[in-house]
Amino acid sequence: MTSKFETPTPSELSQRTDKIPDNLMHRCPICHQVMTHYQSADKTCPNCGYGFRLTARERVEAITDTFEEIDRDVTIPSRFDDSLYLQKIERAKQATKLNESVLTGFASINRQQCGLAIMDSHFIMGSLGSATGEKLTRLFEAAKQKRVPVVLFAASGGARMQEGMNSLMQMAKVSQAVADFQAAGLAYIVVLTDPTMGGVTASFATQGDVILAEPHAMIGFAGRRVIEQTIKQAPPQDFQRAETLLAHGLIDAIVQRVDLKQTLSQLLQWHQVKEA
Amino acid sequence: MIRTAYDAVNAARSSEKISTRRLINGLFTNFFELHGDRHAADDAAIVAGIAELNGVPVTVIGIQKGSTMDEKMATHFGCPEPEGYRKALRLMKQAEKFHRPVITLVNTPGAFPDVHAEHHGQGESIAQCLLVGTQLRVPYLSLIVGEGGSGGALALACGDQTWMFEDSIYSVLSPEGYASILWKDAHRVEEAAEEMRLTPEDLLEDGIIDRIVPEVKDDKSMGQLRQQMISEIDTLRQTPIEELMAQRHERWRNF
Ligand SMILES: [Zn+2]
Repeated sequence: MTSKFETPTPSELSQRTDKIPDNLMHRCPICHQVMTHYQSADKTCPNCGYGFRLTARERVEAITDTFEEIDRDVTIPSRFDDSLYLQKIERAKQATKLNESVLTGFASINRQQCGLAIMDSHFIMGSLGSATGEKLTRLFEAAKQKRVPVVLFAASGGARMQEGMNSLMQMAKVSQAVADFQAAGLAYIVVLTDPTMGGVTASFATQGDVILAEPHAMIGFAGRRVIEQTIKQAPPQDFQRAETLLAHGLIDAIVQRVDLKQTLSQLLQWHQVKEA
Repeated sequence: MIRTAYDAVNAARSSEKISTRRLINGLFTNFFELHGDRHAADDAAIVAGIAELNGVPVTVIGIQKGSTMDEKMATHFGCPEPEGYRKALRLMKQAEKFHRPVITLVNTPGAFPDVHAEHHGQGESIAQCLLVGTQLRVPYLSLIVGEGGSGGALALACGDQTWMFEDSIYSVLSPEGYASILWKDAHRVEEAAEEMRLTPEDLLEDGIIDRIVPEVKDDKSMGQLRQQMISEIDTLRQTPIEELMAQRHERWRNF
């Protein structure tokens, strides 16, 4: 660049933005709007409504009046002893203050009681470990006992490769718990958030009685790269986004983050079990 | 010579591997194929219908790769589309209604990854197979014939028992995928296969599967597999349904 009045090239721009600390600048991955700080408390893009990824604890703050965590100490079974994997788990625990990729418990949302599961993409991409599956299964079992609906926020890259087939088996294990829960006449409400992929999409994330999604959330089964390699071309721009899933009849509604608490409490109210 | 895990991968993928259709014709009599998901399409990757096992009507659902190039193109080399899983789902429910045991024969690298499949709910169609399969109130036996690739295989293997052929594999993703994601190097596939515990021996030891059965190479081995199936389906049919459901629940709950 020769003069300071000249337009910088894209590579110069990206070099400059790289120098700005991450916590001071946010770029919307959908419309590329740059924000020097989140302009709304709920971390959404003011331009397109995309909801930035929240931690499970932030989600609890945003959505519940009260929350009581269960199974806090459930963690990876001791048979997984690969030291690299254990280090990864340890870092994830420290970063998220969670012991697994899902936070479970019982909550009140605008005074509506429910079981609540929130996956956290900051914990090894919200991947489905054995303990993740165990916590979800226990939540559905406990909510069935209490006869309250369950709300689940999905956020996951899919199976957890480091746990191999044990991860895959969780898909069937949690599905079985969902089936038992639903057979008891209880409602299961899913909110698909960015990103929900792979084995989580192919199991409990798409088994809800009502399936909601946040605007522009990436939702799919196969990864984009795998699909590109298969079809030898780039998938369409809006591929695997919430709006495309809605257009194809795969989800019930897209809800803005600002409306989520109200929408969930309304749905919960309609689905509370009135004991005779 | 000791067989490596990568040898098992190659054996599972071998073009010499018995086809699903030949297996169906050898194990069962009077196979009558049923087509279509009743909504959109008939996925060639799923071959399914009603047949008899030792005189007992059963519902057979297989994933096939096809033998000729035309067949391979039509089945996407054994990768089902959502319409295929919905056909399977329809026939599982039909089997339940008419009290027919379900036997699945699985040979797939995985569910087909393309734009059409995503737009038609690949994830949801597999999720429904899991929801319905684990609850199916008839005996449900699965055999991994060659490749058991990820959720696309599990969708048709979530019942009472999962068996594997000696030369088959079952894994959360392909060893190539594992190597490229974990080490950013798809060429370290042999190492990946070794680490993944995807061979029948490893999976039996890990309690993921229930039985390893000899490869079917001739009439004699076909007859032996047939006898094993007859005997197991008999046992499952004689188990009172509530007990069968409790056993199946226990099987999956323990993972
Ligand atoms: Zn935006």
